[in-house]
Amino acid sequence: MLAADGTPLKKSLARALRLQKMRALALIAPLLIFVLVSFIIPIGSMLFRSVENGMVAETLPLTVAELKNWDAESNELPDEAVYAAFVADMVVAIANKEHTRLGTRLNYEKTGMSSLFRKSGRKIKNLDPATDAPFKDKVIDIDKKFGDVETWAVIKTHSVKITNGYFLNAVDMQRTPEGALAQPEDKRILIRLFQRTLIMSLIITGSCILLGYPVAWLLANLQARTANILMILVLLPFWTSLLVRTSAWKVMLQQQGVINDVLVWIGLVADDARLVMINNQFGTIVAMTHILLPFMILPMYSVMQTINPSYLRAAKSMGATNWTAFWRVYFPLSVPGIGAGSILVFILSIGYYITPEIVGGTKGVFISNRIAYHISSSLNWGLAAALGSILLAVVLILYWAYDKIVGIDNVKLG
Amino acid sequence: MKIKLTALAVAGALMAPAAMAQEMTIVSWGGAYSKSQLKAYHEPYSEKTGVTIINDDSSNEAVAKLRAMNEAGNITWDVVDVVASDAIRLCDEGLAMEIDADTQLAPAPDGTSASEDFGDMLVSECFIPQIVYSTTFGYRTDLVGDTPPDDICDVFDTTAYPGKRSLEKRPINNMEWALLCDGVAKEDVYDVLATPEGQDQALAKLDTIKDDVIWWSAGADTPQLLADGEVIMGSTYNGRLFSVIEEQKQPVAMLWDAQVFDLDGWIIPAGLSEERKQRALDYIYFATDTQRLADQAKYISYGPARASSAPLVGKHADLGIDMAPHMPTDPNNAKNTFLYNYEFWADYRDDINAKFQAWLAK
Repeated sequence: MLAADGTPLKKSLARALRLQKMRALALIAPLLIFVLVSFIIPIGSMLFRSVENGMVAETLPLTVAELKNWDAESNELPDEAVYAAFVADMVVAIANKEHTRLGTRLNYEKTGMSSLFRKSGRKIKNLDPATDAPFKDKVIDIDKKFGDVETWAVIKTHSVKITNGYFLNAVDMQRTPEGALAQPEDKRILIRLFQRTLIMSLIITGSCILLGYPVAWLLANLQARTANILMILVLLPFWTSLLVRTSAWKVMLQQQGVINDVLVWIGLVADDARLVMINNQFGTIVAMTHILLPFMILPMYSVMQTINPSYLRAAKSMGATNWTAFWRVYFPLSVPGIGAGSILVFILSIGYYITPEIVGGTKGVFISNRIAYHISSSLNWGLAAALGSILLAVVLILYWAYDKIVGIDNVKLG
Repeated sequence: MKIKLTALAVAGALMAPAAMAQEMTIVSWGGAYSKSQLKAYHEPYSEKTGVTIINDDSSNEAVAKLRAMNEAGNITWDVVDVVASDAIRLCDEGLAMEIDADTQLAPAPDGTSASEDFGDMLVSECFIPQIVYSTTFGYRTDLVGDTPPDDICDVFDTTAYPGKRSLEKRPINNMEWALLCDGVAKEDVYDVLATPEGQDQALAKLDTIKDDVIWWSAGADTPQLLADGEVIMGSTYNGRLFSVIEEQKQPVAMLWDAQVFDLDGWIIPAGLSEERKQRALDYIYFATDTQRLADQAKYISYGPARASSAPLVGKHADLGIDMAPHMPTDPNNAKNTFLYNYEFWADYRDDINAKFQAWLAK
């Protein structure tokens, strides 16, 4: 079939549509570019950091090449060629001030590497790679740790450019010359924190549903004027700073706090047996439920608003009790709102950091507190990235499971 | 109208570099500490040179942020206030500029060179010391009975002093105190702590009070906990306790025993443009001279890092009380002190922190 100008209709249609598509693309381009630049690229680079490990091979290129010929399990020190290459590499690294960075990097794997590189750098600087050979004894003389097989084994093990070491660390294991091994028992913490984060997020989501459902129901079924006032009360916390709300919980829950004072005053609790309600899991659950509650109420409310009240009347006219009418008719219709609210609250809470830090004590902190520690204190960004990637993967798996069980089409925000 | 706007825009664009040249961003800790720097350093410096100083309270994340700025290739800070251990790390990472104390810092009024005046305080090539502060304990005078605690080991004695105590949520200092009170001699503490058995010993000692501890992560926590009576004693920085005791008049007193000295000071980020570097150096030269360091002690109870500043320490600017007896370095307070071991913790921080956190979570 041909169009008026003689070209095939399919072609000219495609051309007309292409123009439309281009225009559509141009319209969304600002947002697309914004999302790419500010969201996809940073997340991508964060994910890449969890496996990227170029530092050892870049700082000590000759040494790493020589170490390939050395068997870390032989229990014998590497030969002179490795030491000569090491001195040559170090002289360059010291000139660029890179040896101390390498020391920091290797210190994550073996305690003492940080000061080994900082201190030995001052002396190795004075060696001349061209004339001062042989180096083996001189280097061991500078610091006897260079005469330790383990030092070289650590350098060799972590010289690969793409490593699984950070991911192993993130699940309480470590990369060793003999392969992946479990961390010693007294350093295992991360798996426990992952489990705790998931369980507590579920509890918080559950308590948000229990507390939020009646409120949403009231909002949807009261008269407009009363409902509006109630709505403002729901939204009010949104307008208050997160830190203020969290600190307010501290004032309420602490042992010399408002709730304990009232309980002691009315005689329910003895003065010397005040309740411990903060700096533990209970404190975290209470404070976070309060903070995340609006995210549960709002989707529920907008879904409940669309439920036609005549359905309930119809059910009752056919002999259903109040409970049956609610449970068989109203509740199933409101499930999409619960689903949407639960996903929102759950995903927000597993990434929560500041509230658990303030009210969580030792038993109520989440994996995100550990991520924050590795980002801002220990500077082990590789490990932080691996922990973040695992958290992201867990969320995606849960989302997928939710889709399989409940169905994502069944989630509505209104 | 349009022409006027354009003219304004052009004028603005032309003026921008000139305005920029008169600004510098100084990063510090915020709160009373930044205020003391504002009064003692920033205001006189601005008056003298006309440079506008912008404050940024990001010091507790300075190392991470400087590293990120360095990777992004855009360093927006000119001078940064950090604790000594962070200065050492920044120097190790190549993120801070090396300073030559004798040519780039002011000599003492009597002509003593800066390196001699600062002495042991120059713990890193990049670090310009400013104050000595200490981490020590404060206790509620009304909640500890008739015999107030006077020994660090009273912290571990829950029979004589029942009630909660607050400790920092990190191994540094706590492990040392635990070993001291478990019979390890002061000079052996770090040798013991370097061994896995020693670390277990310290954690076992801390285990005896674990149920009675509230763990803090911000310096303001212990003062609040003490003021509310949540804890009967707790560790924090001595300046925070000073303000609880003298400014807020709470029933709190200082323990001082086995206080841990630490240093705080300036670094200049590496990679500044020549012009900004010169300005930063000029500021540092001014702000760390003998008189300026002594001036800061009028506003906060931290000891000046220069030997020559100590005799110049006077009275508090608002309260009018003598500041010398409140300094951690005062002979009465410094009968039994401990110096933060930078090298040890640079090596063992990652390892012991993992164990400590695992122990906490148990």
